[in-house]
Amino acid sequence: MQNHTPWQPEIAKALIAERRALPGAVIPILHALQDRFGYVDKEAVPMIAEALNLTRAEVHGVVTFYHDFRGAPPGRHVVKVCRAESCQSMGCDSLIAHIEKKVGASLKHTAGDGSVTLEPVYCLGNCALSPALMWNGDLYGKMTPQKFDRLHKAKVGGS
Amino acid sequence: MSVRVFVPIDASALSVGAEEVAAAITRETARRGAKIALVRNGSRGLFWLEPMVEVETKAGRIAYGPVSADDVAGLFDADFLAGGKHKLCLGPTEEIPYLKRQERLTFARCGIIDPLSIEDYRAHGGFAGLEKALAMAPKEIVETVVESGLRGRGGAGFPTGIKWRTALAATADQKYIVCNADEGDSGTYADRMIMEGDPFMLIEGMAIAGFAVGATEGYLYIRSEYPHAFAQMERAVKVARDAGYLGSNIRGNGRSFELHLRLGAGAYICGEETSLLESLEGKRGEVRFKPPLPAIEGLFGKPTVINNVVSLASVPIILDKGAGFYRDFGMGRSRGTLPIQLAGNVKRAGLVEKAFGVTLRELIEDFGGGTATGRPVRAVQVGGPLGAYFPTSMLDLSMDYEAFAANNGMVGHGGVVVFDDTADLAKQARFAMEFCAIESCGKCTPCRLGSTRGVEVIDRIVADEDRAANIELLGDLCATMTDGSLCALGGLTPYPVMSALTHFPEDFDRPRKRAAAE
Ligand SMILES: Cc1cc2nc3c(=O)[nH]c(=O)nc-3n(C[C@H](O)[C@H](O)[C@H](O)COP(=O)(O)O)c2cc1C
Ligand code: SF4
Ligand code: FES
Repeated sequence: MQNHTPWQPEIAKALIAERRALPGAVIPILHALQDRFGYVDKEAVPMIAEALNLTRAEVHGVVTFYHDFRGAPPGRHVVKVCRAESCQSMGCDSLIAHIEKKVGASLKHTAGDGSVTLEPVYCLGNCALSPALMWNGDLYGKMTPQKFDRLHKAKVGGS
Repeated sequence: MSVRVFVPIDASALSVGAEEVAAAITRETARRGAKIALVRNGSRGLFWLEPMVEVETKAGRIAYGPVSADDVAGLFDADFLAGGKHKLCLGPTEEIPYLKRQERLTFARCGIIDPLSIEDYRAHGGFAGLEKALAMAPKEIVETVVESGLRGRGGAGFPTGIKWRTALAATADQKYIVCNADEGDSGTYADRMIMEGDPFMLIEGMAIAGFAVGATEGYLYIRSEYPHAFAQMERAVKVARDAGYLGSNIRGNGRSFELHLRLGAGAYICGEETSLLESLEGKRGEVRFKPPLPAIEGLFGKPTVINNVVSLASVPIILDKGAGFYRDFGMGRSRGTLPIQLAGNVKRAGLVEKAFGVTLRELIEDFGGGTATGRPVRAVQVGGPLGAYFPTSMLDLSMDYEAFAANNGMVGHGGVVVFDDTADLAKQARFAMEFCAIESCGKCTPCRLGSTRGVEVIDRIVADEDRAANIELLGDLCATMTDGSLCALGGLTPYPVMSALTHFPEDFDRPRKRAAAE
């Protein structure tokens, strides 16, 4: 399970302050916020802008440019499924269809019960052991529908 | 004396249970009162054998694999600590043909040493290049790299030494070395292996680059999909700094080099060097116009050398053994070795470092052993998502920059992705366009809109709507992307698309094929 804190501006403020002096601080700040809260709350945008002397539009532009940063809290687990070429050659398309069914959400969505958010990813560097996915930061290779069901059961419970 | 046992900490090895194997070995060791020193090494790159456990015996290192946690008690029963016989025993690691047939220069230590031990690193030739560089004038270092013939391994193949010359000649109060560890190409993992398995080599290469051009600050930009590599580099930087290999007055020699790590944020385009610099500056990763070259006006407007991980990691051995030593490997204008990454539907996927000139057939058949599914090979994509798809009739193509360029393809970062005969190349072409649309930085119209248009046009071709006209349209669209794109994302997406159409036209003609069969 991911260990995220509900959004709290005071914590965000401290995370921003700790990093504001870094050269090119915006992205390290956004990572720190997302690590803590699971997403980048829109309230953070004016806070970052003020701390770094940037316009809100500039900060907003950065947040939306990068695929990593979420605008809303994810499920209790985040599963990134690789859909790039090497994994395609090992059947990731049908694996993904299976995963979407099992989880009860399509890619880029969260299951209705809040258990899992599925995200597409384009290569995890595990192409020698395709297909690959990352479950809350842990990498898995040679994934199969059966292995996924076992993993899902171990992490989320249920059947 | 305790026996050294090696269980990789490489992310791929972890992805198939290396952590569980290490835990089981620790448990069994305690239970049996055995004495071992567990080393978490990098991977040797024989991924179909991971988790591959090695034991240091009097007769050298003996390998076992692929090992699962359930096998561990049996391995102890078979006295694997003394290299005992077991059904998973692969014999002496160095004798495994896949390894034995390689020419490992950049990957000479990966999987062999403890990645975080400076002593181990030094005992295997580490920092010898840096020690030599410390005694050389900047110009001498640069000219050694020029002479070695080293070309950028990140994709574009630009001569590394020439880039360094430009940065050396620039005058500024501050210069930077930036290492591109964005490794976004599907089918590639060499950068990741180095960062996880031999991180000091990269630090050494970056420091030498710093001495060469007069840069005292370095940034290593690692993609966020690589949390393991990032964590390992963080540990390695700390160890290197504590040992006096980073920071001010390196090895008491008076030169300084500081290294900062940054995490990417899931944007393929940030592998493009100027987009990466924008990202490091905390901006949207939009590609810059060139000129100015980054070597003249790069990070924060200062002269900057930006190189790929493998390029920088190749520098220490060039300094240590000399330009001539490195140059003697390879062919034509492709000098040295290339770490090739065999991936996808191949039985023995892994890292193959060879001098330039090895053919795709040797790679896929001799090293790879054919497909993982056991079906015939149908297509091979070389050089990542912007690389061409080749049919089996072209497998005698040899891995060198010029041979690939002459065949409308590229070696790129050395990724080779194999597809069996169930592959649908129209689908692959469609994906290439879709990927370009997803990852486009949005700066130029042909890339931003052309790619979305490309997806629609391929859909129409496959649906047999106005086929001839739409095939022509696809060709025109690709020509516009090639001519009108600022960078290679839009500029090279036509490679996978047009190669699929040229070499596999039948896949774009499914309805007709079906009709003919009926
Ligand atoms: C779309 C795109 C993606 C790229 N991705 C990478 C990458 O992930 N890693 C890399 O080293 N170079 C990548 N490059 C190449 C870089 O722009 C640049 O040529 C390279 O970092 C220079 O280093 P080298 O000369 O050592 O190869 C990419 C280029 C383009 C156009
Ligand atoms: S070709 Fe695409 S990715 Fe490259 S600069 Fe233009 S819009 Fe950006
Ligand atoms: S393509 Fe899926 S891990 Fe590389």
